[in-house]
Amino acid sequence: MANVQLSNVTKRFGAVEVIKGVDIEIEDGEFTVFVGPSGCGKSTLLRMIAGLEDITSGTLSIGGRVVNDLQPKERGVGMVFQSYAIFPHMTVRENIGFGLTIARESKAEKTAKVEEAARILQMENLLDRRPSQLSGGQRQRVAIGRAIVRNPSVFLFDEPLSNLDAALRMDMRMEIGKLHKQLGATMVYVTHDQVEAMTLADKIVVLKEGRVMQVGAPMELYHNPANLFVAGFLGAPSMNFLDVEVMEVDGGEARVRNASLEPIVVKTAGRAIDKGSTAVLGVRPQYLEPAPAGSGMLHGEVRISERLGSETVVDLALRDGTPLIAAFGEDKVFEDGQPLDLSFDSASAHLFPREA
Amino acid sequence: MAAISPDNRGLRLFVRYLVLVLVALIFVLPLLFMVMSSLKPDQQLLADTSSFRAFLPVGDVGLTNYVEAFERAPVRLFVFNSVLVTGVTVALSLAVCSLAAFSFVFLQWRGRELVLSIILATLIVPFETIAIPLLLIVSKLPWIGLDGIEWTWLNTYRVQIIPWIADGLTVFLFVQYFKDLPGELVEASRVEGASWFQIYWRVILPLSGPVVATAAILKFLVMYNQYLWPLIVVQQEQYRPVMVGLQYFFQLNVAWGEVMAYLTLITLPVLAFYLVLQRAFIASIASTGVKG
Repeated sequence: MANVQLSNVTKRFGAVEVIKGVDIEIEDGEFTVFVGPSGCGKSTLLRMIAGLEDITSGTLSIGGRVVNDLQPKERGVGMVFQSYAIFPHMTVRENIGFGLTIARESKAEKTAKVEEAARILQMENLLDRRPSQLSGGQRQRVAIGRAIVRNPSVFLFDEPLSNLDAALRMDMRMEIGKLHKQLGATMVYVTHDQVEAMTLADKIVVLKEGRVMQVGAPMELYHNPANLFVAGFLGAPSMNFLDVEVMEVDGGEARVRNASLEPIVVKTAGRAIDKGSTAVLGVRPQYLEPAPAGSGMLHGEVRISERLGSETVVDLALRDGTPLIAAFGEDKVFEDGQPLDLSFDSASAHLFPREA
Repeated sequence: MAAISPDNRGLRLFVRYLVLVLVALIFVLPLLFMVMSSLKPDQQLLADTSSFRAFLPVGDVGLTNYVEAFERAPVRLFVFNSVLVTGVTVALSLAVCSLAAFSFVFLQWRGRELVLSIILATLIVPFETIAIPLLLIVSKLPWIGLDGIEWTWLNTYRVQIIPWIADGLTVFLFVQYFKDLPGELVEASRVEGASWFQIYWRVILPLSGPVVATAAILKFLVMYNQYLWPLIVVQQEQYRPVMVGLQYFFQLNVAWGEVMAYLTLITLPVLAFYLVLQRAFIASIASTGVKG
């Protein structure tokens, strides 16, 4: 087991800088998820930890040892790839035992370790099959088995579930969570799926264009996003953003409003909000509630509603035309075009300075 | 869409088979002619060429031509030489060219694009243009053998083998195939601790059945059909390959039956090699039908 530390790590491909000075501290035994949109550098960062990409500058250490110039095999990592990357010409047993064969472990030891891995992943009966005889989920298990059998100090997962269908993805997600509990190993997991990030992580690292936007526990990021990007990226449906006029700023609170919003007081959370400026008010769809007609803080009209049984998602147009999404935690019926007033607890709202 | 009636479908199938049979005949008939003619005396052979009898084992059929072919030329020696030279060259060529391609595709080194393009450029140079300079080189090349140093490569097996090992086409075939293999297999192997050679040997090569078979067949044909090069570098009968040996049948009186018998005999190794590899080829396609 080991911690992983990235200090001011950068990566250039020719003239393009894809990782721009990243500092991340991953504790021993922690499940850390790198999340961000396509092209944010999360996979590159993972591949740098694995040793599959060079580090242009900065320091990477695993278990207190600087590994910048070490080959992947010398870093003590196991990796699971998006495409599984299992060897089609080998049986499941040979695939899982590949690293042990390379390390010239004795046959008895290899058999024992492979069977133990197969037991953990519940695939003892598949050991003599070839990958072509396996389903997507089973192939992913083989890839995980190959990683765990060498008992690496750090596990790296590169979008391991994105090739699976929705139902299987949920099963495998839970299995990976269980595996982490069972092995207690340090795991670094890359995904663009925020549900995977929220459910699996002890710590989430949100990345954008090669920079760390915020690091923290899932609920910390959800409830206290550091910036507009993190606020908009985590949570489904995404947070609503309204341009508001700042009427007054006083002792960590600001009074804001706009054409569709009654004046409200929200916390500035230490952010630089100037009186008279335009700021962005963020409200999660789940925190909106229908208010009696004529009351409420937001006034709009239903454009379309989706009934999901346990939840109703409503797409509204506010008075000034701004679109807004509300998610109510019960089954409700709305007519298209129906006027709808909404209220919310201003303590659950976030105020951000408007970004250039 | 109009429904296809059973009759219509039958007709289509018939036409398709007819076309396939005709194409197959184009390839089979010359071989059939060769084998049948090898069994007939010259007089009958020539008379039969004007009719379909040329393709049938009719008339005075026997193995006399074969007996005479063996008398006229050391057929066994020529076939042995060709099979030896071809077999060794094909094996070494597959090893060298696939390793070169592995390095071009999977290893990162400065200038590899340039080196690859130079190798590919050699594809457009006809052998005839380099034959004489190459002859001058090999005629003076030293060789350290069991009997000490020799100062020429002429009249040896090695002169027929070594210049043909590395070739642009084989490298190109492997490069194209390797590029299509999922790169993550190589990365996974690296993380698992495999050395580059272990990756080549245990992962890449076992997945390269189709290209190995293709490259082997192409190289085999080139080597087995060698004529110009052995003609100029080998003067001793002891090292001559089959194609040069064909000359023995055109000296003094030409006996077409014997020519056909000789051709039939030297075609057998080619057929055998092809049949063996064809099996490997099909098997490798069947086992690689896996998405990465």
